[in-house]
Amino acid sequence: MKSLGSIRRSFAPWTDPTSKPFISFKNVTKKFGDFVAVDDLSLNIYTREFFALLGASGCGKSTLLRMLAGFEQPTSGEIILDGQSLAGIPPYKRPVNMMFQSYALFPHMSVETNIAFGLKQDGMPKPQIAERVDQMLKLVKLEKFAKRKPHQLSGGQRQRVALARSLAKRPKVLLLDEPLGALDKKLREETQFELMDLQQELGLTFVIVTHDQEEAMTMADRIALMAHGKVIQVSTPAEIYEAPNSRFVADFIGDVNIFDGTVSSSEDGKLQIETESGFPIRVAATDAPAVGAKAGFAVRPEKIKVSREEPVSFGTNAMRGEIWDIGYLGDMTVFHVRLPDGKVVKASSLNAVRAVEDPLGYEQEVWISFAEDAGVVLKD
Amino acid sequence: MSTWSRFNIVSIIVGFAFLYLPIVLLVIFSFNESKLVTVWAGFSTRWYVQLFQNQALLDAAWVTIRVALISATVATVLGTFAALAMTRYTRFRGRMLFSGMIYAPLVMPEVITGLSMLLLFVAIGFDRGFWTLTLAHITFTMCFVAVVVQSRLLSFDRSIEEAAMDLGATPVSTFLQVTLPVIAPAVFSGWVLALTLSLDDLVISSFTSGPGATTLPMKIYSQVRLGVTPEINAICTILIGIVAVGVLIASVVSRRREAQRVADERAAFAQ
Repeated sequence: MKSLGSIRRSFAPWTDPTSKPFISFKNVTKKFGDFVAVDDLSLNIYTREFFALLGASGCGKSTLLRMLAGFEQPTSGEIILDGQSLAGIPPYKRPVNMMFQSYALFPHMSVETNIAFGLKQDGMPKPQIAERVDQMLKLVKLEKFAKRKPHQLSGGQRQRVALARSLAKRPKVLLLDEPLGALDKKLREETQFELMDLQQELGLTFVIVTHDQEEAMTMADRIALMAHGKVIQVSTPAEIYEAPNSRFVADFIGDVNIFDGTVSSSEDGKLQIETESGFPIRVAATDAPAVGAKAGFAVRPEKIKVSREEPVSFGTNAMRGEIWDIGYLGDMTVFHVRLPDGKVVKASSLNAVRAVEDPLGYEQEVWISFAEDAGVVLKD
Repeated sequence: MSTWSRFNIVSIIVGFAFLYLPIVLLVIFSFNESKLVTVWAGFSTRWYVQLFQNQALLDAAWVTIRVALISATVATVLGTFAALAMTRYTRFRGRMLFSGMIYAPLVMPEVITGLSMLLLFVAIGFDRGFWTLTLAHITFTMCFVAVVVQSRLLSFDRSIEEAAMDLGATPVSTFLQVTLPVIAPAVFSGWVLALTLSLDDLVISSFTSGPGATTLPMKIYSQVRLGVTPEINAICTILIGIVAVGVLIASVVSRRREAQRVADERAAFAQ
């Protein structure tokens, strides 16, 4: 039997031009008065995809989700679900279900009546409802709490009830609005993996809204990074981290060092940039900007090496600096290295051994180095 | 616990005496043997017996109860809808005017409310009686209901309504299955408030009632003008008793519920 992990790895319908998207946003705009919440946005989501909408608050990600659920109508544009336009279809007739940020459990109903609510609306016969509710309770491991009211549950249990309720109708798409926001860190990490397993097991399409990039990176097949009502980049977590398409994305996801400068030569996909810090750097670029153009080179801290000796290997960029700050995080240590012109570069190194004989200290003169393909060239 | 200083004791006695002395006197004299209200002549329950033989008084009580039940119920329905409209549709034209008009009767002198209704009923040729009385009571109590329900709706989490619709409930069925059960306690207290206000209203009733529709407060007031009788004391004592029992039950119930809620929450986090 194929493990879930291997299915997940081989899953990439967005690269296949013949596959049909399950959900399509076509030039969707949503205005609240003069405020443009979603701005001429187009996006495709595929069947069985775990899709994350990531962005700071107010970027329009929740509005997008609410338009999919039917609580908001697009000002212009069209949303298509499974080949059918959703225009004019009220929320109670859409084959999608939502898990709310506040969980939105019905306070006057027990756990089982909460879960049965949607099935009851569909007029499902009672024995079948009871059977489905039992299934759901088992799925979220709340069998013992069936008769409890929401206020008799802890936060994590409430979250599970909300999940069970939104899955009970077997929707084509499950929408999750910041589903783990109210849980503490440990529980959140556990639940992330549970949600992923659940999604694989049930074979559903999940669309999740989150402002937590780690959450999005962990769970999603693809991430759409949003800002000011627009999608800035849609990619897999690895692509969005290693190949951000803009300064904004590079800066938003994780930590980054950006070396700005002017392109002085460009040949065979190799670029020389005269950085503002005075060092020339040689980098690899697939889509190289012209000579004389402004460009930035974005390198993640873990791709930068800190050493006492000048590195000698060919094709490596090296700069001299002084250790300005040290942050010990346990699994790794973050160094802030100050270049002669005052620019501070962040470099992190994994603490693979428990004790280093002669650790680097404050104000120590060091070399930082990175390979020519350690980052991406940003043109903007 | 602070100690009981002499000042504290005195102020409590004076305060309670100020509040309750008249009522205590009234209750005591309702059991007076003598027909004279201010002269004690021994314990007796004869005025209570006589009370239940006074058909006019019983009729008035019956009218009062019917008016109160009908008007409180209708006012609760109307007031709840008004409150829903006020909290849900916050951007309609003339909202300020609408809300002002809902709350105006709260501060309007009753004489003016009563008089204006009287003028209306006369103008449209509506014979004054039970129904004009009921209509007037609906009008002035519904704004109190609206205020009570609106304050509950302001803290209402609308996402539970969205959740209900998301799960396939139509707007009407969402209201009946989710909204109404959740705001029910506020709606009920609005109803009780309307009932109480209607029960003891004198001014508006005097303007809007007609022959055959005399309420208990009107009856008492008109009898007192001919002199206070022990009979009046007796009926007032009964009313006080009813109110006291009502308040007591309400506070016991709410305290129990609160204790239950605290215990539940503790249980939720204990396991």
